[in-house]
Amino acid sequence: MAKKYVAAAAGDIAEGGSKLVSIAGRDIGIFNVSGSFFALANRCPHAGGSLCEGFITGIAVSGGPNDYRLERTGEFLRCPWHGWEFDIRTGQSWCDPNSMRARQFAVKVEAGADLAKGPYIAETFEVKVEGEYLVIEL
Amino acid sequence: MNAPLREVKAEQRLMIVDCDIHPIQRSNRDLYPFLPKHWQQHMETFGPHVRQGLSERISWPRMMASGQRADAYPKEGGPPGSSYELMKRQHLDPNGVEHGMLIALSKGGMEERNQDYAAALMSAVNDWQVECWVKVDPRLRAGVVIVADDPESSVKEIEKRAAQKEFSQIIISPRSAEPLGRRRFWPIYEAAQAAGFPLGIHPAAIPGGAPSTGAGWPTYYMQEHYTFGSASESVAISLVMEGVFERFPRLKIAMIESGFSWAPTLGWRMDSIFERMYKETPHLKRRPSEYMRENFWFATQPIEEPENPQHLIDIFEWIGWEKIMFSSDYPHWDFDDPRYAISVKLSEVNRAKIFRDNAKALYGLS
Amino acid sequence: MKLPFKGAIDCDVHLAMPPVKTLLPFMSDYWQDQIVTRYIDRSSFALMSYPSNSPLSGRADWRAENGGAMPGASLAQLRSQLLDPFEHKIAICHALHGAIALYNEDMGAEFCTAVNRWVAAEWLDHEPRLRASILVHAQNPALAVAEIERCAGDSRFVAVLLPVMGDSPLGRRIYWPIFEAAQKHGLSVCVHAGSTFRNPPTGTGWTSYQTEDYIGQSVAFQNLIISLLAEGVFQKFPDLTFVCLESGFTWMPTLLWRSAKAWRGVRAEVPWIDRNPASIVRERIKLSLRPFDAPEDPDIIKRIFEQINCEDMLVFSTDYPHWQFEGDNTLPDGLPQELIQKILIDNPMASFPRLQSSTRAHARVTQEVAS
Repeated sequence: MAKKYVAAAAGDIAEGGSKLVSIAGRDIGIFNVSGSFFALANRCPHAGGSLCEGFITGIAVSGGPNDYRLERTGEFLRCPWHGWEFDIRTGQSWCDPNSMRARQFAVKVEAGADLAKGPYIAETFEVKVEGEYLVIEL
Repeated sequence: MNAPLREVKAEQRLMIVDCDIHPIQRSNRDLYPFLPKHWQQHMETFGPHVRQGLSERISWPRMMASGQRADAYPKEGGPPGSSYELMKRQHLDPNGVEHGMLIALSKGGMEERNQDYAAALMSAVNDWQVECWVKVDPRLRAGVVIVADDPESSVKEIEKRAAQKEFSQIIISPRSAEPLGRRRFWPIYEAAQAAGFPLGIHPAAIPGGAPSTGAGWPTYYMQEHYTFGSASESVAISLVMEGVFERFPRLKIAMIESGFSWAPTLGWRMDSIFERMYKETPHLKRRPSEYMRENFWFATQPIEEPENPQHLIDIFEWIGWEKIMFSSDYPHWDFDDPRYAISVKLSEVNRAKIFRDNAKALYGLS
Repeated sequence: MKLPFKGAIDCDVHLAMPPVKTLLPFMSDYWQDQIVTRYIDRSSFALMSYPSNSPLSGRADWRAENGGAMPGASLAQLRSQLLDPFEHKIAICHALHGAIALYNEDMGAEFCTAVNRWVAAEWLDHEPRLRASILVHAQNPALAVAEIERCAGDSRFVAVLLPVMGDSPLGRRIYWPIFEAAQKHGLSVCVHAGSTFRNPPTGTGWTSYQTEDYIGQSVAFQNLIISLLAEGVFQKFPDLTFVCLESGFTWMPTLLWRSAKAWRGVRAEVPWIDRNPASIVRERIKLSLRPFDAPEDPDIIKRIFEQINCEDMLVFSTDYPHWQFEGDNTLPDGLPQELIQKILIDNPMASFPRLQSSTRAHARVTQEVAS
């Protein structure tokens, strides 16, 4: 049965930032993209690199030679090894969106007061009633 | 396909030999203990004198974190590969490295035009490998860095290092001033054969003088990166067609970070052309592909990733299972993780050959 | 094996280059004077890549029939050695004249013009099965464009001819006017093996042997394709087909795999490459059948074709009069049966848009004459 893990306090991750957490033995990166939270396994599906230690960046697009544009700044993750690019919102690889995807986990923002009612696991810190927390179910 | 991630243990069972690990100096000062005062001053005053427009870097800026694994920068500063502790923690221990072959590209004098300075650097980098790496961790094995342009000094260096058990091979760049088969380099091969050192050919990034392609200089790093393989093909052609292996039949070549999928087709191509042109190279007594099959070994990184992974098996079969050796290229950006690099199923025997046994046999590792 | 049916389209046929004096009538007064008084007409313009007497440059039995001289020097010989016995429908001729290696770009361009006029007058006018490429001196792309424009009205010219190794990698923007002109006129770009030796033939310097140079052509073609890819030529010129001649093709898997892998990591440097390079190359690059660099072993050949995974890339070539096959075994043994029709006819037709229009035009003329 899925268990509820409190991964971080919502305030810990600023917009554009990320946090690497360890939940039930899994390394997971949590990202704040314009106020929405996303979680990806810290293992690149290509070759096993520590994906979430890569660069949070945009995506370079072009209409042809000598046309360079950076779009969707802050929505992509570039693996620190081979530079493969992944959409933080979906885990999809930019180059192979249909066949290559970083494992994604659903993140919910829950109030400390609500969490206090049900079973949850918080491995590294104390959950306070007045706070907001990022919860991942595994 | 929502690829399920394989769970891996921190340590894999098969101990491996990694044929391509790059140590580097934290700064010039790391070499001072091994460099006469005069050359220390030269290093600071004049710096490198190489065959390109920029003195400190290649002229095609690399993509990922200056060509390094972005997660391999030591917290205390210095470039990736400069911290033994990080290398041990990030690679040697978790990846089960039983032996790691050091390839010290930086500041080794390979590309230096001032021959006396080059010779001093060569000697210093070789001492540095022993004192700062192999003596620290006996799993590591040094490679004798030489200055191909200066066979006389190189031969002396090879002879000196032949007696040191820390060294397992000679390291040479394919981007030499002339193709490596040319006779000016033969004294090096004679010394290598006499010392029982394989010759590890590893691209050294800085050009040796000739434009990277026969059509001239590339524009983008993407192109320059491709020439790691294509220039290595030219080197293989040169070594074979010049008759190096007729003269030095026991010379063993390890092609490192040079690609390998080109080898079978190049062998076929050499044979079919030799069949018509053999009168020009009467020094060759056998078909060119036979020298390749016998005298060449290939390191795997960067591993080929065919659309159909089974095609990798075709290539391994055509080259010969005894000739393929795993390499990671730690800490560079196109690092291959031994757990994932070869995604196609291998028999236990072949896995052991590629990840351990072939390199042990080539380098005489126990 | 022999051709299983007639009507093949041979994409790589060489005309033996004539003595310089043969070209004089096709040149201006000034250049005629220069060439005669400087004795430029007294020695050959053989390219270093193709020494006349080298075994590869001319098949021995064809030479013998020509009294030892270079085959492909006369139309009668081309007919009796190639067009008639193999029953070609079309042969695309290439005049690899050494003028492309001259540094004087005005002289080089004048020679190219003369060669193209000579090809039209002495070959194309007399033999309806022949088509030709336009020889240009690429050192000065503006002069090359002028020559393409001059020839473009003649539909028997179906391509522009460039050597695989010249001053600079061919993808570079300086060459784009040539591609622009070619695309505008429905001409393909034929890139042929060989070098003008403006650069050492390898990335590691000057080789010792001609055999090495010839082997290394496959390396040059790889670098060419990577250059076209990285520079965005395929995006910039979406209707242009590149045909690699005397390229061989068994080296292609390495290029497909490595370019696709590298792209995923370095894509941001060349963001105009908007899909897997392997699929771009499969669509836009054609490779000639010769030289055939694999054992004639059906299992190995089958595996290579599986690796390349493209039925549309390969075009038929004899490379006449170069020595690429024996007797009348124009096709290597072991080619997949189902690809032969494509290699011999369909792929060449698709590679040269002008073949479609000129064969249609030719059929119409024949029809009109008949009626």
